[in-house]
Amino acid sequence: MLSAWTRKVDKRVLASLACIVLLLLGGSVYSRNFLSLAYLLQQLQVASFLGIVATGTMIVILLGHIDLSVPWVVTLGGMMATAAGGWGRIGGAVAIPFAFVCGLGMGLVNGIGVAYLRIPSMIFTLGMNAIAQGLMVVHTSGFAPQERATPAMHFLSVDRSILGIPNAVWMWVLTGGLASLLLSRTAFGRRVYAIGNSERAAYLSRANTKLVIMTCFGISGACSGLAGMLLAGYSTKAYQAMGDPYLMPAIAAVVIGGTSILGGRGTYYGTVTGIIVVTLLQSILSIVQVPEAGRQVIYGAVILAMLLTYGREEKSSV
Amino acid sequence: MIEPSAQPKATTAPSPPRRPDWTYHFAAQRGAWIALLIFAAMFTLFACEHPAGFSHNVINTAANKGALLALVAMAQTFPVLTSGLDLSVGMVFVLTNCVASTLVSGSPWRVAVGVSAVLGTGLACGALNGAVVVWGRLQPIIATLATGSLFYGAALWLRPSPGGTVDDGLAEALTGSLPGGIPCSIVLLAALVFFVWLPYRHSVLGRAAYAVGSSRQAAFMSGLPVARAQFATYVLSGFFSAVGGLLLTGLTLSGEANAMLGGSYNLSSVAAVVVGGTSLFGGSGGAVGSIFGAFVLRTIGDLLFVLDLDPLWQPLFLGVVLLFSVGLSSLRLLRIKNRLDIYR
Amino acid sequence: MSALLFRMEGVSKHFGGVRALENAHFECEGGRIHAVLGENGAGKSTLIKVMAGVLKPDSGSLELAGTPIVLDRPADAARAGIVSVFQELSLLPDLTVADNIALASPPRRFGLIDSRQQRRIAEEALERVGATDIHPLSPVRDLPLSRRQMVEIAKALARDPRILILDEATSALSSADVAAVFRVLKKLRGRGVAIVYISHRMREIDELADDCTVYRNGRHVATFAAATKNAKEIVEMMIGREVKSVFPPRSTRPLEEKPALQVKHLSWANHLKDVSFTIRPGEVVGLGGLDGQGQRELLLALFGALIGVTGEVEANGKPISLKGPRKSGEQAGIALIPEDRKAEGLMLPMSVRDNVSFAAIDRLGRFGLVDRRAEDRAVDEVVRLLSIKVPNLDAPVGALSGGNQQKVVIGKWLMTQPRIILLNDPTRGIDVGTKQEIYQLLRNLADARAAILLYSTDYAELIGCCDRVLILYDGALVGSLEGGAINERNIVARAHNLAIDTSAPTVPR
Repeated sequence: MLSAWTRKVDKRVLASLACIVLLLLGGSVYSRNFLSLAYLLQQLQVASFLGIVATGTMIVILLGHIDLSVPWVVTLGGMMATAAGGWGRIGGAVAIPFAFVCGLGMGLVNGIGVAYLRIPSMIFTLGMNAIAQGLMVVHTSGFAPQERATPAMHFLSVDRSILGIPNAVWMWVLTGGLASLLLSRTAFGRRVYAIGNSERAAYLSRANTKLVIMTCFGISGACSGLAGMLLAGYSTKAYQAMGDPYLMPAIAAVVIGGTSILGGRGTYYGTVTGIIVVTLLQSILSIVQVPEAGRQVIYGAVILAMLLTYGREEKSSV
Repeated sequence: MIEPSAQPKATTAPSPPRRPDWTYHFAAQRGAWIALLIFAAMFTLFACEHPAGFSHNVINTAANKGALLALVAMAQTFPVLTSGLDLSVGMVFVLTNCVASTLVSGSPWRVAVGVSAVLGTGLACGALNGAVVVWGRLQPIIATLATGSLFYGAALWLRPSPGGTVDDGLAEALTGSLPGGIPCSIVLLAALVFFVWLPYRHSVLGRAAYAVGSSRQAAFMSGLPVARAQFATYVLSGFFSAVGGLLLTGLTLSGEANAMLGGSYNLSSVAAVVVGGTSLFGGSGGAVGSIFGAFVLRTIGDLLFVLDLDPLWQPLFLGVVLLFSVGLSSLRLLRIKNRLDIYR
Repeated sequence: MSALLFRMEGVSKHFGGVRALENAHFECEGGRIHAVLGENGAGKSTLIKVMAGVLKPDSGSLELAGTPIVLDRPADAARAGIVSVFQELSLLPDLTVADNIALASPPRRFGLIDSRQQRRIAEEALERVGATDIHPLSPVRDLPLSRRQMVEIAKALARDPRILILDEATSALSSADVAAVFRVLKKLRGRGVAIVYISHRMREIDELADDCTVYRNGRHVATFAAATKNAKEIVEMMIGREVKSVFPPRSTRPLEEKPALQVKHLSWANHLKDVSFTIRPGEVVGLGGLDGQGQRELLLALFGALIGVTGEVEANGKPISLKGPRKSGEQAGIALIPEDRKAEGLMLPMSVRDNVSFAAIDRLGRFGLVDRRAEDRAVDEVVRLLSIKVPNLDAPVGALSGGNQQKVVIGKWLMTQPRIILLNDPTRGIDVGTKQEIYQLLRNLADARAAILLYSTDYAELIGCCDRVLILYDGALVGSLEGGAINERNIVARAHNLAIDTSAPTVPR
């Protein structure tokens, strides 16, 4: 049993865990509050939004693709949720599923473009991002949307119902748990890894690669939409470009967590550590009150350093 | 045992008649030709609908806007040839804009030094990218995302708020028109193509870059300078982004650390490269196609404006048109007879 | 003038825990063709990769013309005049033929590459190997495999080598192409070039080699002049055990009447023309004929990988759709062992376990979940059955030798319990020992009532394994040989669409 477990633990994940410890210690040097339970819980809450987005991003990256439509699908999710919330009596019940469905729909369109039309994912999701933006501009007539988040959305993202842990964290646990199960215990998950390694060989082994790819993009879109809904609940409103700060950190988190950007390799708990590293880094940088310029430089330098230490691809052996 | 000589000579299926040479040359550059055609059609439509028609002013403005994206798109082309990507081009673009707004003013000597500093910044940024990707062995997407952050931070440090100035003479030289109506920015692009791109393409390093994108393993086994070729692509990328930053400074006459601008140029440069016929998988295409691709993208926006489309609908329309133009490449799927060809 | 040109002493190379070369030594002389023989995993590929500067040995010394030499990278070897043609082609698909041929040292003018001169060099090189049908400006990706191999050889020759290394360089060539290449090799030999030749085709070794060296398990076994040992002795040296007969005896059980596979008027593009045949359960049917006459396309069509196929196919009495691998064969139990095991049969970085269980993964659990223990049991069973040599089932399958990799591909399909098995040249580039195991396996499967359709470019295989051989010419079925009529003369004759001499006495097998 132990050997079965150790064969799965990845050096990269261990390094990631070490980074988390370092960051926590570093932060506590600056401020004693850093290691307090209240602060850590708040960090987890903030990490949840990124965590849900990164879950979808990871699945797509495992395929060897990438989803650049995250920023505006997140925004779309938030805006559609608050918009649906204003639909009279059914609003309250419909808002959350509606955000989910909108995200899922955008994701499936991405999937069709990538899997069936064979357009490179980078460019297709980029285009979908522009389309999502275009749709939202039309929807809001260019202004900030006025609808407020429904009480249910607020409940899910801000309240702390179980064990004093923010509900947003439970949402992350739920999403992440399902994703982890999907990847490691189902035939579908095997196909995801296989396609990331060689779509041709997977196809010739009778896997329905196109359907798998489309589904994964659908999942990514749904995750983005869900995150947008939660964000809107957190801020009580949706706002323009609310999804922009989530794309790069999500990709960084996935890669730091040991997933190869080429696809075919990576574990979900690795991604979890990556998400926590990125969140802690961002909050330390804001606590230490470095001006924005310095923060950008440090953010970039730290990510580079972490990647150079253990995120490198093996030297190609012939 | 069968003697080989006992067999008839033609044992392979009869080969098709040899095609004339020009068909090969054309097929190799097909993407660029298509982009050029699309641009020509769109621009004609635009100029006809524009109230001022084919006037100097209209052409000059369009040329300047297009050249800005074209330069960043050319920059993006180099790493894409090696099947890499540079997601920091937008930030180098912004950073060199800030550097230019600080240094490129004063006496002609100082202006010259300033321009060298701007170009040098681009080269240095490119060298950093190249070093991280080639010797750090990091994947380009994530590596350039991180370095992009670094470059943006530097830009913010230089210009916490918009400001600065640039030498008027230089600005005019970059963004004005030559007698006869030819915009200077077009001349600049042409000069870069003739004196930088074409020699590069026919050099050993350039050929090696195509080789790396085509099959990295084979390129290595053939003894090509894989590391140097890749490094050179990132350095050249930085250089072209810097020229773009210089042109931007000439246009806006100031410097600004604008993250949104950098981000949008980042992504638009990739779109321009694709529309211009260069494959994201590497090994084919070229910078000339990317120039046409950039102009196509820029003209779409102008076209929508001139056709009096409700400005609210423009971003959506842009996205649809972008998807449509890259979707055209899917038409080749209809010709495929062996399903295996679809999968790489 | 046979001065010793190249010598290697005490060379060792390890990959992780695998000993690829152990204290190996090798010598070759100018003006002689030296064949290197051995099973896959014997160290031949590693040996010549060390010679070509692609791999650095962990220990040992290399000597060229008496002076010690260090080869850190392929460019060093190229400078020393060592040129190699590997199994994995070194051609760049997006570049033109001319670009590829002149790749290593293109002609320069004013510091830039001179395209016109380059084209002339390419045309000369192509003419030397008799491949004048290839246009120098065509991108390599548009050429079929056999033309690419010719370009690869032309490219090697254009570099004016002192030592030329060929590793399975003729595996996809037609016999006329092979003859042309051999003519050039003999000419080079006459000019004092040292040639190192690796091939699993004994016939080629017979014709070409002056000296032979046998490797086994990374160690040098013997070096001898060609024709001093017969084929049986050589094979025994390679395997290290006595070889009885290569092919298992055919079964004499009568076949069922009800066909397993019925193909009616199958046509596709211009490559398949009205092909019809039947295979009964328990039959091993071979596909023969010259290279590129539609055999590969036939197998792909039956598996469902081609678009626009007309005709009907019935498996076990029920018609099957050819609209995709999923719909077509899953119910019918059709399996395809593809042409290129590395790119089409395996996910190289994934573990052996994951690869073997992949095609049958849906059966190893319920509701989409995977039962790990059932998977482990089933995989262990298959690995045992096929004697797949691997220290650890979690090792990436890319680290296995070619023969073991092919076994993994076969094992993957065996787990789906197929009833119709299509094989696309399964033993190409595989050592003798594994080949025998595969032949025995095919016979066992046939005895278990599977129907097997085997495409092979090796006449001996067709003759030894198959109950019936179908010959394709230009996409049409031009011959069907059975029993005693399956011999080399008939196969070749039919392959060229000539009449069979049926009056010749058939020798009882």
